[in-house]
Amino acid sequence: MTEKKFMAGNEAIAEAAVQAGCRCYFGYPITPQNEIGEYMSWRLPQVGGCYLQAESEVASIYMVFGAAGAGTRVMTSSSSPGISLMQEGISYIAAAELPCVIVNMMRAGPGLGGIQPSQSDYFQATKGGGHGDYHMLVLAPHTAQEAVNLTMLAFDLADKYRNPVMILGDGNIGQMMEPVEFKSPEKPFVARKEWIVTGAKNRPRNIIKTLFLDPVILEKRNLAMGAKLREAVKNEVRFEPYMIEDADIVIAAYGTVARIAKTAIKILREKGLKVGLLRPISLYPFPYQAFAQTAERVKSILVVEMSLGQMVEDVKLAVCGKSRVHFYCRVGGMVPSYDEIVAEVEKIAKEVK
Amino acid sequence: MGKVVIDEEFCKGCTLCINACPQHLLRTAKRVSKTSYHPAELVDPEGKCTGCGLCALVCPDAAIQVYREKKAGVKEK
Amino acid sequence: MEMEMVSGRPKTLLPVPTHYCPGCGHGVIHRLVAEVIDGLGIREKTVVVAPVGCAVLLYNYFDVDAYEAAHGRAPAIATGCKRVNPELVVFTYQGDGDFAAIGTAEAVHVAARGEKITTIFVNNAVYGMTGGQMAPTTLLGQKTTTTTSGRASETAGFPIRMSEMIATLPGAAYVARVSVSSPKNVAQAKMAVRKAFETQIKGLGYSLVEFLSQCPTNWHMTPVESVRWVEEQMVPYYPLGELKVPKEEY
Repeated sequence: MTEKKFMAGNEAIAEAAVQAGCRCYFGYPITPQNEIGEYMSWRLPQVGGCYLQAESEVASIYMVFGAAGAGTRVMTSSSSPGISLMQEGISYIAAAELPCVIVNMMRAGPGLGGIQPSQSDYFQATKGGGHGDYHMLVLAPHTAQEAVNLTMLAFDLADKYRNPVMILGDGNIGQMMEPVEFKSPEKPFVARKEWIVTGAKNRPRNIIKTLFLDPVILEKRNLAMGAKLREAVKNEVRFEPYMIEDADIVIAAYGTVARIAKTAIKILREKGLKVGLLRPISLYPFPYQAFAQTAERVKSILVVEMSLGQMVEDVKLAVCGKSRVHFYCRVGGMVPSYDEIVAEVEKIAKEVK
Repeated sequence: MGKVVIDEEFCKGCTLCINACPQHLLRTAKRVSKTSYHPAELVDPEGKCTGCGLCALVCPDAAIQVYREKKAGVKEK
Repeated sequence: MEMEMVSGRPKTLLPVPTHYCPGCGHGVIHRLVAEVIDGLGIREKTVVVAPVGCAVLLYNYFDVDAYEAAHGRAPAIATGCKRVNPELVVFTYQGDGDFAAIGTAEAVHVAARGEKITTIFVNNAVYGMTGGQMAPTTLLGQKTTTTTSGRASETAGFPIRMSEMIATLPGAAYVARVSVSSPKNVAQAKMAVRKAFETQIKGLGYSLVEFLSQCPTNWHMTPVESVRWVEEQMVPYYPLGELKVPKEEY
């Protein structure tokens, strides 16, 4: 049994990455995820890896491009404004089919916004913030241990699909300390990398590029990207149904808000209200089927987000009107308390009677 | 004694070699090459080309091969 | 009398006609870099990072592993690659828009870090691929499609001397400015490229070679007029020479 360590989410993610074989980290300081870079700065050299603080998030993402193209496991991390700067690079990384992991500890926006927790980058992360048809796979942990597991998974998914994978958290997930253990996956994914740039010795030269001026060729690439993403949608949907089997009302929430919803559910259950939670873990691919099936049986779904309503649109897409979708949010870095959620559910319960 | 061979697959008739040749032995050909340029051509009836290679130095398309008379008995450099 | 070929196409330069305009400096610069790679015998461990600009397609001409970078980001990609494989010889090949405009931060910091890579910076005073707009290196008074009555400093500022700027950084070990406007300059340019690559191979720090390069099409000149323009107009503002050589002289 690997021993448990008491770590903050940010540092747990960094350690998980190193144990998953990450050997390059390029990043830039930005609250609330500074600890990831700080941790990597002394940890990566211990394993012969490379830590480099770049001149900007723009440079960071292209250093990731270079290192991924050279065949190593590579990660960067930032927070909302920095992730916005990386969008072009992420589009290039997806287009060049380069595996990498990008951690976004969201903070309140828009603009410089605040540093408190937020979920207002959901659209940017899941609908693709850069140009062109592509998607990152997006995984949203709600505990430090889950952040560890999902970070390790992210490196395997990045190699498996040759695609960028995002760990989407916030200041809570990053700063909160919880016991974690690092179990390396039974059979780590070994990727074939004959396409990497290592010097054209005894082989034709490899070219990692994304410019395809001939639309016939570019269409083929776009369609291939589409097919790859459909594979991911088929195989990589992850969610947690929590006390949902007998629920009349289901809360939809992920990350920090899902933790709070679980507390609210405990209280509501004590008050005799049968409430459950459907928690997306993969935000892309989104668990549409799970919500569709839930909507068959449940009259009301309450979506709770720390944004003006982004995931709620995907819930509505999945539910297709089969049950009523309610929405509650706190924004600007304000985090909903469990009693606010309890009150919202009670209001819905009254309407349903 | 020397000579140059201009590969018309690459020459775009840019005339930089003509401008560089100290002996003025290159000129723009009247005919049009397969690649639809008027290529440079060597006109050296009196064999004045020394194989100095200045033309090849400035050629943007590596279209010029320079030849020099093989000196008898000189070791390969 | 039997003739032997004394100069032809370097092995690293693929036998592929280029897309560059007749007389364009890129072609000469490509040949020089390929000749140096052949000369140093490093083709199999060289990686080039292509820019966005006329030279974006240079991986069709160099028989080496390559990346194609986003505009201005080649030094960052090169850094990522070099940090993974320090034994590779990594160089970026960038135009003035790439290196002196959008990629200025990357240009300054790759040198400030003393990253052991080489940059071939092609300064042709305009944006070539997009049809001749002003570049950061466009000279005062020079007409371009975005300075139709000549670049005026009041509105469009002053041309940037990148080599002088980079040379002040301790991480920059070798900085030279050269041109391909005449046989003599081409020969000297080749030596500078060789020294730059040797600086990298010896791990002495960052190396930069700035090429003044003619762009007949967008300068609306014949190739011969354009090389003359380089020497009469560009060289006075962008003096040629080695601005910095590593302390450990060759």
